[in-house]
Amino acid sequence: MNAGLKSMGEREGDWSIVIRPEQPWWRLDLKEFWRYRDLLVLLVRRDIVAQYKQTVLGPLWHVIQPLTTTFTFAFIFGKAAGLSPPDLPPVLFYMSGIVAWNYFAGVINRTSKTFVGNANLMSKVYFPRLVVPASMAVSSLVSYLIQLGTFLIIYGYYFFQGNDGWGPSPWLFALPALVALMALLGLGSGILVSSMTTKYRDLGFLVGFGVQMLMYASPVIMPLDRLSRIPWLLTLFKLNPMTPVIEATRAVFFGYPIDWGGLTYSAGVTVVVMLIGLMTFHRVERSFADIV
Amino acid sequence: MSTAHTVVEVRDLRKRYRLGVIGGATLGDELKVLLARLRGRPNPLVPLDGGMDAQREGEHFWALRGVSFDVQEGEILGIIGKNGAGKSTLLKLLSRITTPTEGTARMKGRVSSLLEVGTGFNPELTGRENIYLNGAVLGMDRSEIDRKLDEIIAFSGIKHHIDTPTKRYSSGMKVRLGFAVAAHLEPEIMIIDEVLAVGDAEFQRKCLGKMKDVAGSGRTVLFVSHNMVSVMSLCDRVIWLKDGKVHMDGPTEEVVRTYLGSYTTMRSRVIWDEEAPGVPELKLREVRLDGLPADGVITTSDAFQVHVRFENLGFGEGEVVPAIHLLNGDDVVVMGSSVRDSLEPTTRFMVGTHEVCCTIPGDLLNVGEYRILVQFAHQGKVVLREAGTVAFEVHSTKRQGAWFGQRVGVVRPKLEWAVLG
Repeated sequence: MNAGLKSMGEREGDWSIVIRPEQPWWRLDLKEFWRYRDLLVLLVRRDIVAQYKQTVLGPLWHVIQPLTTTFTFAFIFGKAAGLSPPDLPPVLFYMSGIVAWNYFAGVINRTSKTFVGNANLMSKVYFPRLVVPASMAVSSLVSYLIQLGTFLIIYGYYFFQGNDGWGPSPWLFALPALVALMALLGLGSGILVSSMTTKYRDLGFLVGFGVQMLMYASPVIMPLDRLSRIPWLLTLFKLNPMTPVIEATRAVFFGYPIDWGGLTYSAGVTVVVMLIGLMTFHRVERSFADIV
Repeated sequence: MSTAHTVVEVRDLRKRYRLGVIGGATLGDELKVLLARLRGRPNPLVPLDGGMDAQREGEHFWALRGVSFDVQEGEILGIIGKNGAGKSTLLKLLSRITTPTEGTARMKGRVSSLLEVGTGFNPELTGRENIYLNGAVLGMDRSEIDRKLDEIIAFSGIKHHIDTPTKRYSSGMKVRLGFAVAAHLEPEIMIIDEVLAVGDAEFQRKCLGKMKDVAGSGRTVLFVSHNMVSVMSLCDRVIWLKDGKVHMDGPTEEVVRTYLGSYTTMRSRVIWDEEAPGVPELKLREVRLDGLPADGVITTSDAFQVHVRFENLGFGEGEVVPAIHLLNGDDVVVMGSSVRDSLEPTTRFMVGTHEVCCTIPGDLLNVGEYRILVQFAHQGKVVLREAGTVAFEVHSTKRQGAWFGQRVGVVRPKLEWAVLG
């Protein structure tokens, strides 16, 4: 065999890195992502450590914020407006919703800054860009777990104080699946927004506000049965993919029936958002350094 | 398997950038453009004085226009070129920070690229924590960093501050730490942007030693630099990029000298026939440089001559004293010298044409641009002063010890030193 034939026969596989103009978006390089898992872990650590250096209370802030919101909501919407369900302590009703919502909102708010917030890093060195939003989803999980722990303590307190027939459902063990659903929905929307903010910074301002609005259109504050008299509002609430997730979270804690149809809808929306998110993210990660 | 095999293969790489503000920066801007287009008006974001060219949509700039080359395993390839020649673009493409518009580049093995020292440092984290973070950003895994941690800390020379947040570091300390991490990367292919230009001499020497080790261990290095001294001492082969293309590709010495020669702002000879500068009694006829190296590249060690030809038309009495002033790029007079320095005091330039010659010794001028001003005095009075004569550039291609930077000072003579005890 002569040399010419040999080089002709050289396969693409002989090269470990091939740089070319177009890379189909669905070719998510999971192997590459896995190779950078240590970076993911370190970025998570960086987020957690750097956030609380030079703060007096440190991680306690994870608890203070949701507790304050819970008591405010429980007082205003629960006691004063009488919106929370009568058979549940308002504090439990609101906190279960707020803790779940906080995780989703945290993921979307933080991942939406993926490109803008890491411009310097990304214009200097290569790594699978998806590591950054993924690390944010993971580091938000730490805050979620602290809040969940706090909730469980309060939950246990009320439970053993005596309850009006509420209690954990056998589906409680499926809570991680709900968290995963929220993580993916938040991540998908976050990377979609982050891809768009590289061109339109306006969206960055809209995100925080939009997420806030979305919360008011979810059962975090208002139980769905209170809305039965206003059908269009109920429809609006049900269109919010987070509504079934919040409902299901409460269902597993308080033993309500689970709305499987709603959860299927949420999962469907999550898949669609995630795909669109990955697609735009992929497009932007390849040209990002030229725009900034 | 043959011994020399290609580990980097670049084929017809092209990169196009959009020029100027064509896309809107905000959604509002984009809406304005859309509205204008719907109403048949010109794009409001394109500056009016941009004229027809800028208005054409799709105003593009090709930073790379078809670059191809191969790099063999273990080769240290320098990439040189002026600003805007496409060096940084090539670097970004090979580092996978951005993607080519056309063409391909293929590489074998692990690739690390170093476009900056200390990328990803977080000021709140300690030096130790940042070693891990920076290492991971550059593609090291945890066990690898664990294994090299002590070595990295020792190399950085900031052992005592390793558990202090890096925000309290001086910029020099950050650079040391960043380089220490980078120096312990073990990729098969390393892409480096002139990071050697930082740090003090002692640290540079350490880095150089490390780089030499890297080279010796059969790793492939792509080194992009402005600094010809470091290119000359590190690279086996050099690619010269010009206007987004490979202008020259060959052995380091050859390419670097051609490169320097082509960009030297040299005017080695000026002759006046009519309108010669001067007074009716005295005209300057010619100034030229002589005894230059064959390729025209003057390095700091080269000696050469300045010839001045002039015609005395009417100064019958009194002395005519030719002199030169050497001005550097900042228009500082580096030195002045007249024939009185060394010619016999009795030398006279009577009516007629004369030529004098002055030798500028080697190891005197520092790197930089120079021009020569010629001046004549008659009976202690300046009668002619001409600044528009010859100009030249002095280069440095030889390294002094471990120091890659330029020697300080307007001049760099080699002085006599002695040990007295």
